[in-house]
Amino acid sequence: MATTKKLAASSAGAAGKADVSSAELLSYYRDMLLIRRFEEKSGQMYGMGLIGGFCHLYIGQEAVVVGIQSVLQPGDSVITSYRDHGHMIACGMDSKGVMAELTGRRGGYSKGKGGSMHMFSREKSFYGGHGIVGAQVPIGTGLAFAHKYKGDGHISATYFGDGAVNQGQVYESFNMAALWKLPCLYVLENNKYAMGTAQARAAAGELFQRGEAYGIPGVQVNGMDVLAVRAAALEWAEYVRSGQGPAILEMQTYRYRGHSMSDPAKYRSKEEVAKVRAEADPIDNFRKLLLDQGHATEDSLKEIDREIKVIVTEAAEFAQQSPEPDPSELWTDVLVEA
Amino acid sequence: MPIDILMPALSPTMTEGKLARWLKKEGEAVKAGEALFEIETDKATMEVEAVDDGRLGQILVAAGTEGVAVNARVAVLLGEGESAGSASVAPVVAVNVPAAVAPVAAPAPAAQPLIDDEARFYAQTSRRTVREALRDAMAEEMRRDQGVYVMGEEVAEYQGAYKVTQGLLQEFGAKRVIDTPITEYGFAGLAVGAAFGGLRPIVEFMTFNFSMQAIDHVINSAAKTLYMSGGQMGCPIVFRGPNGAASRVGAQHSQCYASWYAHCPGLKVLAPWSAADAKGLLKAAIRDPNPVVFLEHEIMYGQSFDVPDDPEFVLPIGKAKIERAGKDVTITAFSRMVGYALTAAEKLAAEGIDAEVINLRSLRPLDTATILASLRKTNRLVTVEEGWAYAGIGSEIAALVMEQAFDDLDAPVARVCGADVPLPYAANLEQLALPQPEAIVDAAKSVCYRR
Repeated sequence: MATTKKLAASSAGAAGKADVSSAELLSYYRDMLLIRRFEEKSGQMYGMGLIGGFCHLYIGQEAVVVGIQSVLQPGDSVITSYRDHGHMIACGMDSKGVMAELTGRRGGYSKGKGGSMHMFSREKSFYGGHGIVGAQVPIGTGLAFAHKYKGDGHISATYFGDGAVNQGQVYESFNMAALWKLPCLYVLENNKYAMGTAQARAAAGELFQRGEAYGIPGVQVNGMDVLAVRAAALEWAEYVRSGQGPAILEMQTYRYRGHSMSDPAKYRSKEEVAKVRAEADPIDNFRKLLLDQGHATEDSLKEIDREIKVIVTEAAEFAQQSPEPDPSELWTDVLVEA
Repeated sequence: MPIDILMPALSPTMTEGKLARWLKKEGEAVKAGEALFEIETDKATMEVEAVDDGRLGQILVAAGTEGVAVNARVAVLLGEGESAGSASVAPVVAVNVPAAVAPVAAPAPAAQPLIDDEARFYAQTSRRTVREALRDAMAEEMRRDQGVYVMGEEVAEYQGAYKVTQGLLQEFGAKRVIDTPITEYGFAGLAVGAAFGGLRPIVEFMTFNFSMQAIDHVINSAAKTLYMSGGQMGCPIVFRGPNGAASRVGAQHSQCYASWYAHCPGLKVLAPWSAADAKGLLKAAIRDPNPVVFLEHEIMYGQSFDVPDDPEFVLPIGKAKIERAGKDVTITAFSRMVGYALTAAEKLAAEGIDAEVINLRSLRPLDTATILASLRKTNRLVTVEEGWAYAGIGSEIAALVMEQAFDDLDAPVARVCGADVPLPYAANLEQLALPQPEAIVDAAKSVCYRR
């Protein structure tokens, strides 16, 4: 029988001390801050008309992907939806290539043909970047199927949101993953709003229990705490990797910005957003923890801030200097030439 | 250097908006990520965040100002030690307006690997049903490549709903011949993921009617991802199963999806008629690095044909076959309708009309060259398909001969298609709804002005 459990407030400090060096802790801080600054820059560049179409920012959710990725091994597959910039950065994809894809330039990961929602990296085992809500879940389950078929010992980290969790194909995937004991770690990023619809208005019951009928264990985790995320990910990635089948991690998180850039923000109060930012910000709180526990000094953190500023500035410059795709690119990559 | 703070756009179409209010005062310290001011449009309200640490310098656009142009300077952000009067201001990044791109003609399709002389394979043949030929093709390719596997409803223990996968479970085991739950959307998506992950899935739809549950993954996931990834994410997968009308199974089990799938770039679409087509094309589909939709026909499964024994009998994708040479009228057909076209050609011969019958085999890419060459000879064209005329394969062929061979036409193209109704159940009505050889004969006589 599946075990599902709802975690109370995180015990981050303890979780962190056990197995993580100061250097690793600083790398989480660095990765979260890079995502935050990258996304702020994306928002700014969108505002300047340099980025077109849809652009979904990850600000507020950084601890989820950084905590999960911290336990994955090179060769493990990662797949997510269209709110994907943070996942790419956490997978080690180059900020320049991501930003240049946002601006639709030839230096982008998809040569300018994918945009914000569609980027991939075979080298980093990042499989997108998918625009149809929930469709990445069976694909991620299929990546797990391929890992099991090949017997390569890898797992698939399949991310999806509280909106996708009501799609039928998610349950078709849960069923097959449980039936065939596929090494799939389902990471449910519950940022509380599916576009503008609050969780309570769209989803019955608790989300971490959505796999119970299939015998899939599920736990609820404080997704605003990178160490709580890491602790849960360590336990359940190991479970999944050991061949016992899939697991569901519901990450309780929060998106500060709109669903996309043109979000009327009528569905939640400014006070609600401000309260989360003030009390639960994953970066501010982790910064404080690093200082309080002596893993870092104000100066060493400032140095990281400066380093990130350079990376983001260079990415933005590259994304504007990289030329638009050659018109001949219109016709390439439709089919693989046999 | 001070940084200009610009009026942002909330959408690609926004040109101006209202600066509703300032959330920081001149001289106030700000941190990167902190909200500076609020803007409003008819659609949305948004807070604009500082991109860097610093102090808010001079406010250039007062709260409440309407019609502020996108990219106008609204304030200045000062760095450490800078004053509002600092002379130099960082250059405003120019908005790059994409240059208009002149239309570019699609390059000619890449040359397909050709069997230059298909006839030479017929030196040694065996009599096989279409069903056996399909099974043999899968078995041979599964022996050749460990990454090839079959999944679908009833493909393993049941031995295939139409017995196409008969014996595969016994030879290849449950790891490679996989019964799925009845979840087309889920298993089609899962197979696409497996293809991204390096395998070569063969997905059987019990009928293509059920692929409507999964068409999102066939199109959005399998067909488009190579392009969206700039060429990184190939998806070598075959979606196969019976397509079109069987016999008396009603509207929901009897549709032809040829034009639906052939419409989409990123897919290849094949439709075999004979057992040799079935074997040679399915092996080509499995070896192809792209997603292939493989449209079989239930009524053809039990029919027998001579099939070459050579395991390297792999037909080229994108090449039609002239099944019967003739000089008076060209008839194009695919799948079961090829047989009807040949029957019609015999009847026409008895009336002194010499028809050329083209078995299209590949619907995307379409072998335009073979159709046009035939038309140059006959100057008359009849297209045949089981599906509806509207936006169908025949419509596409008619359009392309009009565009590319208008002067070769001595008569308007005639389309023989299924009646524009959901397929009825009653035997007489079903017969009336589907193309019959007589309709092909009539159409051919009509374009030959011999009625």
